[in-house]
Formats: sequence, structure tokens, C-alpha cells
Amino acid sequence: MNLALTILVEGLGYASYLFIVSLGLTIIFGVLKILNVAHGAFYAWGAYFCAFLIGEFSAMGVSDLGTMIAIPIAALVVGIVLGSAIERTIIRNLYGRDEVLIVLATFGLFLVLEDVILLLFGVDPYFAFQPTYAMPGVQIGGIYQDGYKLSMIALSLVVGIISWVVLNRTHWGKLVAAIIFDSDLAVAMGINVRRVFYVVFVAGAVLGALGGAYIAPTISVAPGFGVEVIVLSFAVVVIGGMGSIAGAAIGALMVGMLRAYAVLQWPEIELFVVYAVMAAVLIFRPEGLFAPAKARKI
Amino acid sequence: MSAILEATSLNKTFGAVTAAKDINVAVAKDEIVGIIGANGAGKTTFVNMVTGWLPPSSGSIKFDGKDITGLAPRKITRLGICRSFQVAQVFMTATVFDNLLIALGIADSHGFAALKPLRVADREARADAILRRYQIHDYRDQVAGTLPQGIRKLLDIAMAMVAQPKILLLDEPTSGISIEEKFGLMDIVMAALKEDGVTVLFVEHDMEIVERYVGRVLAFYQGEIICDAPPAQALVDPKVIEFVIGDEPQGQMMRERAAVQGGAQGEASDA
Amino acid sequence: MTHSMDRTLVGLTVGFAVVALLGVFVLPDWLLSQTLIAFSRALAVVGLLVLWRTGLVSFGHALYFGLGAYTVAMLGRELGITEVLITLPAAAVFSALVGFGLGFIIRKYREIFFAMLNLAFSMVLFGILVKTESLGSTDGFSVEQPTIFGLGTDDASVKLIALFLGVCAVGWLVAVLVHRYLGSVLGSLTTAVRDNEIRVEYLGYSVAEAIHGKYVMSAALTGLGGGFMALALGQVDPESMVNWTVSGELVFITILSGPGSVAAPFIGSLIFELLRTYAYELVPYAWQLIVGATLLLIIFFLPGGVWSLISRLTGRRDAGRPESSRPESSRGEANP
Repeated sequence: MNLALTILVEGLGYASYLFIVSLGLTIIFGVLKILNVAHGAFYAWGAYFCAFLIGEFSAMGVSDLGTMIAIPIAALVVGIVLGSAIERTIIRNLYGRDEVLIVLATFGLFLVLEDVILLLFGVDPYFAFQPTYAMPGVQIGGIYQDGYKLSMIALSLVVGIISWVVLNRTHWGKLVAAIIFDSDLAVAMGINVRRVFYVVFVAGAVLGALGGAYIAPTISVAPGFGVEVIVLSFAVVVIGGMGSIAGAAIGALMVGMLRAYAVLQWPEIELFVVYAVMAAVLIFRPEGLFAPAKARKI
Repeated sequence: MSAILEATSLNKTFGAVTAAKDINVAVAKDEIVGIIGANGAGKTTFVNMVTGWLPPSSGSIKFDGKDITGLAPRKITRLGICRSFQVAQVFMTATVFDNLLIALGIADSHGFAALKPLRVADREARADAILRRYQIHDYRDQVAGTLPQGIRKLLDIAMAMVAQPKILLLDEPTSGISIEEKFGLMDIVMAALKEDGVTVLFVEHDMEIVERYVGRVLAFYQGEIICDAPPAQALVDPKVIEFVIGDEPQGQMMRERAAVQGGAQGEASDA
Repeated sequence: MTHSMDRTLVGLTVGFAVVALLGVFVLPDWLLSQTLIAFSRALAVVGLLVLWRTGLVSFGHALYFGLGAYTVAMLGRELGITEVLITLPAAAVFSALVGFGLGFIIRKYREIFFAMLNLAFSMVLFGILVKTESLGSTDGFSVEQPTIFGLGTDDASVKLIALFLGVCAVGWLVAVLVHRYLGSVLGSLTTAVRDNEIRVEYLGYSVAEAIHGKYVMSAALTGLGGGFMALALGQVDPESMVNWTVSGELVFITILSGPGSVAAPFIGSLIFELLRTYAYELVPYAWQLIVGATLLLIIFFLPGGVWSLISRLTGRRDAGRPESSRPESSRGEANP
């Protein structure tokens, strides 16, 4: 019983940041039809910048709780500045080219951005645990649970709900939905697709950076850690269905739970269980479990 | 009369939509048949079923007395039914000449013979001859993706004919072609096809083309054949006028306008 | 036309002969060793080149690279078979068999789905190898001394020369065979499938079978390359043979080389190996940056890869036109 609870909470915590990162990836894919490998770099940049800011704030005498302001700052600054710069210089020039070549270009971009981090922030890991001290632990079912992790689960819920409302209840969301459904038709309807692409890309980048910024206080922020998350969020998006918010949520939950289970109970399969599920989903339901509706073009 | 193509009680449904309903047609050798109907009437669905792109929901298709229902397109192609497309399907990055060489290479090769070189003198000579017959030899070394619409359509039809099929289905050969070009194009095609002695079925929106080239008209409406008669009779049939031709002038006007503006938009006509 | 084909065959023969002679008489051992490693990868890249001309990029060919490497290593360790005339063909055949099996699934997918499904399969193998204690898990294990016609040697530089000559001979053979293949009817069904699958089906050829055949071929070549790599390094481990970074390197070299010629992968691999050595020495923290920037520069400015520069210099026609010159793609959206 306790074990099941531990797996549940571990899995949820894991799923929550994966969901935030994957959400960014999936809306970019859904709208721009670009599988953005550089998304892993937004995540890494968000984490580094956040850890750096927390360190600076803390040195300035800001309270542990107060340093949490670094998280939204890092997410917005990295997402907007880096996201805009990349959309304007690279992504914009790739629209309409071969899908796989676009993936490779964003892979190149990812490698460049990863190394620029090293040049800017150095090779030594950053530690910024202050916000986790500010969160009291909670006893659930007799087990001590880390408060920060619970707050992350809450944040992912909030992010999910906000995204759903924006996409389903606002004018902008309807534009986006129209483009996901059929971008040619959207152009014909007079929607400024380029502009929507830009905004969606930046929004996706902010989500990627937010995932990184929020996880930063719980880990040692060290070189190369963007790689794992990008491959895992690919798995999440493929499992859930590219371009679907509900799919990202379900995919993140599945990957989170599977991993928590494997880590705690069956370490032999830890490394590949996610890929095995991804392969199975691709084989039996290549469009993913929750693929959004598409216009049929036959 | 012995039918070369015989469709019996053919039905096709997509969910709640009926795209073909109890279609019974027998086509004799060397006939030239025009298939007409408004958008969504089931013309392309019929062509797609005969050529194996869509399996029928029920019914059977016989070719030369042999049941071909539900076979894959490549098998039907090998048996001798080929097709052209509403939007020309060619190898966009290859030259016109290489398009034909590849088409001939595939038609010539079975099994391990496909490991023999593509470029052999005999095949090159045949490719050149076909290009001349379809009057596109001037474009021989041009990359197919840069061809004008009409030339690409001719290439598409020439590629459909390399396997020397017994039946050829043409899906809107003149769509996307300007009004000045359409008769020229059809004259080239029909002369070439006559030389090869092939039975032709073609989907067409343009009643002038239908009147001029076909010996028999099949009119489709909501998945059914509402008229099967020679053009002189079919084009004055009240049902055909109401359900097919009645729709046409507007469509015709729009397509002509599109053709004048560059021809690109006309392709999207029959969804 | 036969004339230009002979020219490529002559070029390949002369090129490999010159490299082999240079290797034996001129090149220092470190360069010899780098060429050996580069050409081992090039064998795999030739396979990826065939796929790329077909419009397919695999992010998971480390699966076959690793299978080939582990086949050679395990034949030596488990069965005591060190004869390279057995182990290397076995590496190719075993990889081909796995590729043949997986091919039934993979041939249904295109573009990123093709790429990602391959990645998923390769990462499953990676995960298994890392957790398998009997195969040395992350450390891997060392490869037995290879023999040829029963002859072996303990002299490192003799072994190096022998392996180097071996990879040159096999590289030449593979390049010639694949070149002839690309000139055949089946070979024309690379770019033809990439351009228009519907037309290929309606010309009477199965696209699925065409892709399956090319996939098996790429698996065999990648397995062969992995086998050579195991011999070259004298060691197999998951990280350097099966991880996704290996697949990434192979794809990178493919793009760097360009699809224009079967000679390109050998040149591209050599450039990659030298670039990596010098980059590590000069700017140890910017290796990824160099690779990434090169990738971007090639995609934007040199879509035909290094080979397009060479062919421009020698005035050859680029047979496999790069993707960017495609006027418009009709794949997948065609309207029959």
C-alpha cells in the first residue's frame, strides 16, 4: 500500500514537469508541424537561468520563499528572448521544408545552444535549493512527502487548465485550433498564420523553460541534462498524440508512472520501458492515443 | 458483346456517406467512355475502386473475365489497367526523360531483373519515342517539378501508358488546363491512345470535351449511375441536365477563371 | 551513360587504391587508426545514404551498428570464433535478419515516425545491454584478437595495417556494389519513392517492398560497419556502439557527406573524424557547438553536402538531387 502510494506520488511529480515541457513541444508540433529538438535547450536554459537568479537573489538577502520569483522570470525571459530569436532567425526559414530536415536543423540548434550554456555558465553544476527549503513537507498516508514536489503537481494542473481555457475559450485559441485542423484552410480564411506560428512558438518555448526553471531547485543543474528530457518528452508526445493537450497529459502520466514503477520495483527495465511503450504505441496507434482531429485530404 | 471491364452491384460507404450505390457497368473493348457528375457524385470513387485504391464495400469488378475486386493498385496495374490523375503524379525532382525511363524500367522488370541497369540503349530509345508521340520531347531534360501544368499532365498520361495497358482511366485530364490548351492536349492524348488500341474511361467536367471525344456517357449522381447512353442522348437527358449539367456553368466559369489566373487553383475542384 | 558509370567505378578503384597505398607506406599510425574508424562508420553511412535518397532518415541505426559490433565480439567470446571472414559477414547477416523482421513494421512509416520508431527500437537494445551484467553492462567487454585465414598477430601496428587494408577492400567492394545498385531499376526506386509513392504503386511496384529491401540493405551495411568498429576499437560497450548519440553521428555524417555519390560517405566520415579530433584539442567545450553549427550551415547553404562541393569542382552532375531543390512535394498529400 505504502509502495503504491510512493509510486503514485513519485510518478505524479515526475509526470508534472514532463507534462509542462511536453505541452510546449506538442503545441509547437500541432501548429507549426515542427518537431522541435531545440525544445530541450529551452528547458536547460530555463533551469540554468533560474538557478543562476536564485543564487543571485539569495546573495542579495531575499528570503528562501522570495527566491521563487526567479522561476517565472527565468521562464518568461528565456522563452520570450530565446524563443523569439530562434523563431526569427532559424525556424521561420524552415517552414515548408522536409519534416526530417527540420528535425535535424533543430537538433543542430540544440547542440549549439547546449554548448553556449557551457560557455556562459561554465561546466560546474549549479545548486539552488533555496525554494525547496521554503516549502514545508507534508505527511500523506503516513509517508513524508516533499512539499516542493507537491507544488509542482499543482503547477502542472494550473498550467494544463490555463492552456485548455486559452485554446478552447478564447479567440486566439480558436485561431490555433483552426490551424491545427487544416492550415491551408486557415490561410484561405485570412488568418495570419505566420503571426500565430510566432506566438505559439514563443509560448511553447516559455513552457519548456518553465519546466526547466521549476525543476532547477530540486536537482544539480549540470551540463547535458537537456538531452534526457527531450527524448522523454518526445515519447510523451508520441504516446499521447502529437498536438494534443489531453494526449500530453496522459502521455506524461503514463511515462511518469512507468518510470516511477521501474525505478522502485524493476530497475532492469528502467532505461527502456518508456521506449518500449513508445514503440508499441507507434506500431498499434501511430497517430498516438489522443491525436487531434484532422481534415481528411483524400 | 464481351465486356473487358464489368462492375457488378458495386457499393462504397464511408461511415454514413454513400459514395457508390449499386453500380452496374459493362465496358466493351475499345470503347471510349466519359464519366460525368457534379463534385462528390462518386466519379473518382469509381475510378479509385476499379484501380484498387479503395476496396469496394460490396460488389465485384471483373477485368477480362477475371475477378480483380480489392486487389492492390500495383497488381491491377500489372494486369493491364492503368490510370492518370487529376493532379499529375510524376517524379518531381527527375527530368521528364528519367520519369519515363523509371516508368519503363518498372514495367519491364519482374523480380531480380530489377537489379539490371536502368539506362540501357533500347529503353532510352523507347522513352524518346514516347516523348515524341506525346509531343513533349522538347521538355526532355527539364525537371518535372518545373513543367507547365499541361505538359505535366501529358507526362502523367504517358507514364500511365508505358505498361501498355488494356484499359486506361483518365481522371479529369483537362482540369487545371487553360481553355485554349484543352483541345490541343486532348487531341494529342486521344491520337496516342488510339494508336495503342486501349479502352478508355475518363472523368470529365467539361461537356465540350465529353461531346467531342466519347462514344458513351456514364452520369453519376449521389453515388449512382443515373444515365448510361451515347453523348447525344445523355447530354439532353432531363435527369442529367438537372443533376449534372445544371451544376456545370458556374463550376466551368470558375475553373476557366482559375486557369487564366495560372491554373493552380483549378486542381482542387473535385474533392 | 555507361561511360559516366565507368568513370565512377574507375574513380572509386583509384581512390581506394591510393588511400590503401598511402596507408601502408606514408600515413602515421594515428591517422591510419582514424581512417579505419572513419571508414567503419562510412560503411554504415552508405546504408543511410540509400535510405536518405529514398526520403527516409533513421534516428536509430545504432541498433544495427551495435548488433554488428556485439555479434563480432560475442562470436569471439562465446564460441571462440575470431576469423574475420566469418565474424564480419555474420555481423552483416545478423543485422540484416533483424532489419528484415523489424522492416515489416517500419516500412509502414515515413518521416519523423520512421525516424522515431527506429530510435525507440535502438533505445530498447541500449537499455537491455546496459542492464545485462553478463555482457559487462555499461563497461562492455573487450574483443578477442581477430584472425584472418587462421592467422593472427600480437603486433599492434601489423594488426592496424591489416584492419586498415581490410576496411579499404570492403569499403571499395561496398561502394562499387551500391553504386551499381543505384544505377539499376531498383536503385531508381530510391528517389522515385521519395518523390511520389502513388506513382510508383501505379507503375506496378510495391512501395512497401521497395522500402523494406532498402531498409534491410542499410541494416546489413550498418551491421558490417559496427563489426569493423568493434575490431578497430578492440572493445564493445553500449555507450559507444548503441546509444542514440551513435545514430546521431551517423545521420550527421550522412548530411555532411551528401546523397550525391557512394564515395561521399567515406570522405564525409574522414572529415568528421578529423574535425572531432582537432575540435577536442582546440576547443574542448565547443565540440557540440561545432557539430550543431555545421549541421545548420549544411542544411541552409549546402544541402548537397560535401559531395556537392567536390562535384562542382570536378564538374560532375549530382545524381541524387538534394531535398531543397525539390520544386514542390507531392508526397502524402496527393489526390488520386
